Amino acid sequence: MAIEIEKSIVGLSKVANSDTHGEDSPYFAGWKAYDEDPFDEVHNPSGVIQMGLAENQVSFDLVEEYLEKHSEAVDCGSGISSFRENALFQDYHGLFSFRKAMANFMEKIRGGRAKFDPDRVVITAGATAANELLTFILADPGDALLVPTPYYPGFDRDLRWRTGVKIIPIHCDSSNNFQVTPQALESAYEEAKSNKIKVRGILITNPSNPLGATIQRSNLEEILDFAVQKNIHLVSDEIYSGSAFYSSEFVSIAEVLESRKYMDSERVHIVYSLSKDLGLPGFRVGTIYSYNDNVVTTARRMSSFTLISSQTQQLLASMLSDEEFTRNYIKTNRDRLRKRYEKIIDGLRGSGVECLKGNAGLFCWMNLSHLLEKSTRECELELWNSILGEVKLNISPGSSCHCSEPGWFRVCFANMSEQTLEVALTRLHNFMQKRTKKVINSSFFSFLL
Amino acid sequence: MTNSPTKTTISSGGATSAMRVIVPLQGVVQGRGGLFLGSVIPCALFYFWQLYLKRNRNRSRPSNNNNDESGSSGSTHLPQVSSGSGLQRVHSRILLSPKGSSGQSQVSVRANSVISKQIDSSPCFVGLNKASQDPYDEFSNPDGVIQLGLDENKLSLDLVQEWLAENVSRWMMAEDLSISGIATYQPFDGLLELKVAVAGFMSQAVDNSVSFSPAQMVLTGGAIPALEILSFCLADPGNAFLVPSPYYPDLDRDVKWRTGVEIIPVPCRSADNFSLSIDALDRAFSQAKKRGLKVRGVIISNPWNPVGNMFSRETLYNLLDFATEKNIHVISNEILAGSSYGGEEFVSIAEIIDSEDFDRNRVHIVYGLSKDLSLPGFRVGAIYTCNENVLAVAKKLTRFSSISVPTQHLLIQMLSDAKFVQQFIKKNRERLRRMYSLFVSGLKQLGIECTKSSGGFYCWADMSRLIRSYNEKGEIELWDNLLNVAKINATPGSSCHCVEPGWFRLCFTTLSEKDISTVMRRIQKVLETRKSLS
Repeated sequence: MAIEIEKSIVGLSKVANSDTHGEDSPYFAGWKAYDEDPFDEVHNPSGVIQMGLAENQVSFDLVEEYLEKHSEAVDCGSGISSFRENALFQDYHGLFSFRKAMANFMEKIRGGRAKFDPDRVVITAGATAANELLTFILADPGDALLVPTPYYPGFDRDLRWRTGVKIIPIHCDSSNNFQVTPQALESAYEEAKSNKIKVRGILITNPSNPLGATIQRSNLEEILDFAVQKNIHLVSDEIYSGSAFYSSEFVSIAEVLESRKYMDSERVHIVYSLSKDLGLPGFRVGTIYSYNDNVVTTARRMSSFTLISSQTQQLLASMLSDEEFTRNYIKTNRDRLRKRYEKIIDGLRGSGVECLKGNAGLFCWMNLSHLLEKSTRECELELWNSILGEVKLNISPGSSCHCSEPGWFRVCFANMSEQTLEVALTRLHNFMQKRTKKVINSSFFSFLL
Repeated sequence: MTNSPTKTTISSGGATSAMRVIVPLQGVVQGRGGLFLGSVIPCALFYFWQLYLKRNRNRSRPSNNNNDESGSSGSTHLPQVSSGSGLQRVHSRILLSPKGSSGQSQVSVRANSVISKQIDSSPCFVGLNKASQDPYDEFSNPDGVIQLGLDENKLSLDLVQEWLAENVSRWMMAEDLSISGIATYQPFDGLLELKVAVAGFMSQAVDNSVSFSPAQMVLTGGAIPALEILSFCLADPGNAFLVPSPYYPDLDRDVKWRTGVEIIPVPCRSADNFSLSIDALDRAFSQAKKRGLKVRGVIISNPWNPVGNMFSRETLYNLLDFATEKNIHVISNEILAGSSYGGEEFVSIAEIIDSEDFDRNRVHIVYGLSKDLSLPGFRVGAIYTCNENVLAVAKKLTRFSSISVPTQHLLIQMLSDAKFVQQFIKKNRERLRRMYSLFVSGLKQLGIECTKSSGGFYCWADMSRLIRSYNEKGEIELWDNLLNVAKINATPGSSCHCVEPGWFRLCFTTLSEKDISTVMRRIQKVLETRKSLS
């Protein structure tokens, strides 16, 4: 019998001791640099500009206007009985009025091309919780989800940390604009198989983070066909659906299912949230929409761990049922995001930098691979470090998004004022000029030699 | 051999493998006619034996469910880790009824345990459903089901409502609405101002016997995620926590559902007034060790849900001594600290570790506003610990269950109103005390005794003399009578893992004083019916 060594410190779990939360990666290191020296137009004009945080502040004035005009919606309920109900309401089904309003809002975003049933809406405190919850439900510890690269760095934590589930990347590259191909899907699946890992599902983000582009319909069909063929689940994180610049360019998996008369729909689950489209990340509002009754029931019961405050539900139920507000908001938000996108693309192009052609989201996928001495992750991180240190811009390196091609960066543009964006573009422009000069000089000298 | 669906399918795993052995042997030994008889008879016997076992297994397994209004259910009582997995796998195959689609992909094992038929047919779930479908209302539905199974406090909601009516315009000031206030990501573990306010509230709830520090706090979306986060931090899948029983049904869900951690109940008995015996803890610890289960900590609720009593100073010392000796954690769920009303003083475990030389790193307190402030809808919970490692991890984990920022702002205002908080705690306690004594004396007049409660929303009633057979079956039969004849939803002790049959938890905080006599009348009806039949 082994003699136990007496520990003086009481131990914690493996989950507690693991670093799967990923907060030591460059993605988060840049945030720390920003926290220590944040840019402010007036008080700190040479500080770090945060371009690594996908927040949507371009349309907040519309929400503010609504809240001011409808202050009774913010109240927990004017009459005693409605307040009582609200304060006591901890039903994991969520307020029906709120679920109905969410379903309506999701329909509007899709231009009415898909229908959503309020009884299939499960509430969670944010999309982070929704993705984790779905992972708990669809996969056991040791199983895997296939996720196309590049992907949102937070997935490493949200899908894996507490759940014990693995992520197997579906490698995509710039040769076809980072689209998922059936070969890449098959290859990822085989990789899992050869390691004796059971694949339980595919998780796609549409529109994609960090690419800032919608997935084409034909591609969605291929991915769904693959899921059917392998008998696995398909989770579509559509958190940026309201941030597509043109409504018609976004095709939801819900539309694909509708056109197939919901055949094979029981393997499909959609995640949504108001953090990006409505710019309300502090509200902590997420949903799982599942076409699978068992998943809906289970998710509901497990949502006790991550409910939305009844007060917030009530407030949003009013706001999202307001036809005029939602119609106007969705349209205005799309227009403003598109204009921002065009501004940053033009600015970058003027500095000799190209981006992937995007049509959605709060960021662009910038290509700086030509600045790398060698096409390696180390060189990419070196470049990232100089941009952070010299240019004082916090952008996200592609390696933290598991991009297989070094040199790509995600640059957020919606979490700042237009003026700040201009400052950022100017700084980048100067940096690019210096770099180009350096390249020209060194190639001149090497020519001389 | 064809199996009929559902019932026998569960046993098919064992039965079919046995068939493969029996049939060929019989055939070989006895020739043609004998082949038929010799194979069918043992098969049939085996089949009926499995069926019998299965039926009894289902009955004897207590199911644990929470008391949420809508019947949000708790977990199944998961079988032992080793034998459970086989049952679960086959079970999951039943649930894959295709419903018209081809080759439906499966959900996980943990998901299957959550949607098992056992939850749906458990007393808690059934009772809650019935009560919510046919809710009692003095005027509009006087024959409806009276809900005594939900530990919510409606006695002092008017005080909160009053505060809101007077103050709501204030909190909606422009600065709260600004981009920096709401549109941006805020720290997931709660705004500092709210931590300060909650720490202040907690200190008031324990009559300032402890001064809680906001720096040691992580805010969560309710006490449910707080408990789950602590389970994830302190234990690995397959490890266990010791929990004195009876314990409230929801704890099974909070600690076990997604973590893979086990609960080992430590039975407490009426002979000891349901107080925790350290010997019992020690025995449970040793038994767990023998079974190869690593115990990572003890979870207590203080005031004790469902019993209603409070841990004495001495018991808390002894518990901490025990935890130190075994080098394990202690989680104290003190969510009802502000709802104590009895003569005894409430002693928080924080007070003990403040004054004594115990290792603070092993003690973690769970708190929340759902009970003491009657605001379960707002989803506000807290983990309070001096263990910096736990704090650091909990801060990261609470991103999965953060409190909505507008709600945080509202509560900052409310809890910072010292006068309101003081008056609320005082009046609430008075009302709780009054309702408790009215309710308990009403039961006493019916010949039903309760343990002496000093805190919480319920009484722990001994109805063991009223059950027909002194076992769980008898208890459930009485529960059923109460639900369907008396139209009262009570929580049977078996749902709380009580080892002594016949105890019921009855919550009195959703009643008005007038309702009490209605409840007693109805219970009396049931008693009379049972007396006349026996």
